[in-house]
Amino acid sequence: MGALRWIVYIVLLVGVIGALIWGYQEQQEKNAVLVKAENNYQRAFHDLSYRVDTLNEKIDTVLAMNAPDNVSPQMTDIWKITSEAKADVSQLPLTLVPFNKTEEFLNNIGEFAYRTSIRGLDDDPLSDDEIEMLGQLSDQSNEIRRDLRTIQHEVLSDGVRWMDVEVMLATNEPREDSIINGLQTVESNAESYDTFDEEVGLSAAERGDREIEIEGEEQTEEEVREIIHDYFELGDESELVITETGEGSVIPMYNASFDTEELHGYAEITREGGHVLSYLLSRDLDDANISLHDGMNEAEQLLDDLDFDDVEMVESIQYDKVGVYEFVHEHDDILFYPDGIQVKVALDNGDIIGLTAKDYVFNEQTRADREFEPTLEEVEAEEHVNQSLDVREQRLAVIENDLGEEVLTYELLGTIDATTYRVFINAEDGFEERVERLKQSEEVYS
Amino acid sequence: MRRKHLLPKILLLIALIVGVVTVIPEQPSEGFSEQIIQKGATGDDVVELQSRLQYIGFFDGTIDGVYSWETYWAVRNFQEEFGLEEVDGLVGEKTKEMLVRATEYDEGWVREQLNQGRDFTHYGGQERQTPSEDEQAPQEGEQAPPEGEAPQEGEQAPPEGEAPQEEQEPVPEDGEPAPGEAQQPEEGEGAEGDVPEEPPQEEAPEGEQGEAVNVPGGFSQNDIQLMAQAVYAEGRGEPYNGQVAIAAVILNRIEDPEFPDTISGIIFEPLAFEAVDDGQIYMEPDEQAREAVMDAINGWDPSGGATYYFNPDTATSDWIWSRPQIKRIGKHIFMN
Repeated sequence: MGALRWIVYIVLLVGVIGALIWGYQEQQEKNAVLVKAENNYQRAFHDLSYRVDTLNEKIDTVLAMNAPDNVSPQMTDIWKITSEAKADVSQLPLTLVPFNKTEEFLNNIGEFAYRTSIRGLDDDPLSDDEIEMLGQLSDQSNEIRRDLRTIQHEVLSDGVRWMDVEVMLATNEPREDSIINGLQTVESNAESYDTFDEEVGLSAAERGDREIEIEGEEQTEEEVREIIHDYFELGDESELVITETGEGSVIPMYNASFDTEELHGYAEITREGGHVLSYLLSRDLDDANISLHDGMNEAEQLLDDLDFDDVEMVESIQYDKVGVYEFVHEHDDILFYPDGIQVKVALDNGDIIGLTAKDYVFNEQTRADREFEPTLEEVEAEEHVNQSLDVREQRLAVIENDLGEEVLTYELLGTIDATTYRVFINAEDGFEERVERLKQSEEVYS
Repeated sequence: MRRKHLLPKILLLIALIVGVVTVIPEQPSEGFSEQIIQKGATGDDVVELQSRLQYIGFFDGTIDGVYSWETYWAVRNFQEEFGLEEVDGLVGEKTKEMLVRATEYDEGWVREQLNQGRDFTHYGGQERQTPSEDEQAPQEGEQAPPEGEAPQEGEQAPPEGEAPQEEQEPVPEDGEPAPGEAQQPEEGEGAEGDVPEEPPQEEAPEGEQGEAVNVPGGFSQNDIQLMAQAVYAEGRGEPYNGQVAIAAVILNRIEDPEFPDTISGIIFEPLAFEAVDDGQIYMEPDEQAREAVMDAINGWDPSGGATYYFNPDTATSDWIWSRPQIKRIGKHIFMN
């Protein structure tokens, strides 16, 4: 009896010791992982401080420079540093900390540096306004630099760990932490920097806060319900839920979602005018039965029925069981690329299962006029493209350029060897607005 | 793998021979379904189109079953050179008819190469395919025994599929190749660039439907897969438009200067997505998540241009409540 008891004791003892060893090893491993994660954060943060420091220095150097030959490379450098600094920020667990003003500030410096560096400072040196702005940027970046260096000092001397910050943020504990407090200071300072408003031509349109007003009568929820019922030919038994958008929406809209036996659908309808801007119907699709071309005919028919009759298809792509078509507005033989409509067709039976005409409707409502006249002859446009490009097709198109302005261009489709390119040449001054390599397929990796 | 395929192949081979024997005087005009093929299409007809265009030297890209730009220019050149009325890149009845008349298409062989994931070309006249120059009567060559033997073997072998491999490797001990074939394998190898040895071929039996797929400009299938994983992890059980909206938020962030410029940068930004932080992102997404991603990339944005969303039941940050909300879809509130 006694022997048995001893055996039990020994087994238990071995078990306990085993558990202890196991637990210790687990603990060690966990620590190793934590240290690695912490190291990544530390590197990103120290890099960030260093880069903002360098940025400040570079801006100061530019201020003291005279020769455009020197300024251009410095500007390119500034642009590079800002984008690296942004990358550092994105590796830190700052998503839940308001830090976006600082990022925006960095981004704007980069944008400004980029634009000045590419514009040819020989002919077009920095203006007085720009010099003055650089002076302000120098002060502001210096402020950020100092704040970041201060936080960095605290991190180093107090051994603050970013992992703790992350946990704190993730669990929303009360934020009494040197890092977070420091960053909040940076952010509130950045908020007061309005250097970039209007001065550099970073227009509001570019930041996406465009004011759009849609004409038409205000619809009530009941009316929208009616519209949806008719539009999608819903039976009475189908469930239809309608909600209104909040204040963050560019324009007031109703969102409808409904379920019938076969499909789930959603649609967006403007409150003013009751335009159906966009919808998607999702259901199980069978294998493709009809061709991409037949699908296109369906799509064209639909757009015709909806009175979008001045549109031209510019792209069709088959993704297995669906065809997706892009249409753009055509006016006086000019394609308006910003006014796009996408249509999605199920290739099993040709049903339209998606439409989005937001861009089309928005631009239709806001575009002041469509009067564009080319001053450049069609043949002249070809002289402005790379000579090795074999131009195959050419047409007039309005696109939005890098500055967010609408410009009339000649759209040239051509090839160099087996690669197809699309080049947009400004129809007034022959400026090469954009060059795109067109590629739409990819091998299946296996 | 190979075993299994052998029987159907032999049957196919027999069928082919019988077919060839019985149909000698007629044009091989079968092939191509009824549909009009246009740019962007995928599938068997496109494989045939590319093969036929390659056969007469209009297309020297990869036969991958995707009506790409390269194919488009090839079609247009063909239409122009063969005097068709419409030079529009639309492969309709007339173009198809003309193609069928001008070219040969060995579907079995092409398909086999595709399924094996090999590089190959389908030029007429310079391959095992049809060694005879006269295009109208290649079958005759096969019938004629003396010098036709080699071509015939060639013609038969490709559909069988193993032929290319067998020809490369076991040529010496295999009794099948007659002296006349001696130069043929070489030709085959050279012309096809068909060098890969056994192992890679056997690994790649998946490309059933050609080797390429359409992808939206600027995206790789892998980007789409990564996004689908994120959408699936974040939006499982959400309505479909909620999933599209999540994908749209990721895309909206790419455009936004305050966020990283890459899909992976956005998805893996620390604390940006809960499901990334807790590792759920490594689950295999379902088909619906993938479709949602495609819809978002193709321009649908049910989120209304949002760059943030959160789940009000679990959100802990006050800051996130302070931002202007756009709408609620399922469990998520989307906002700027």
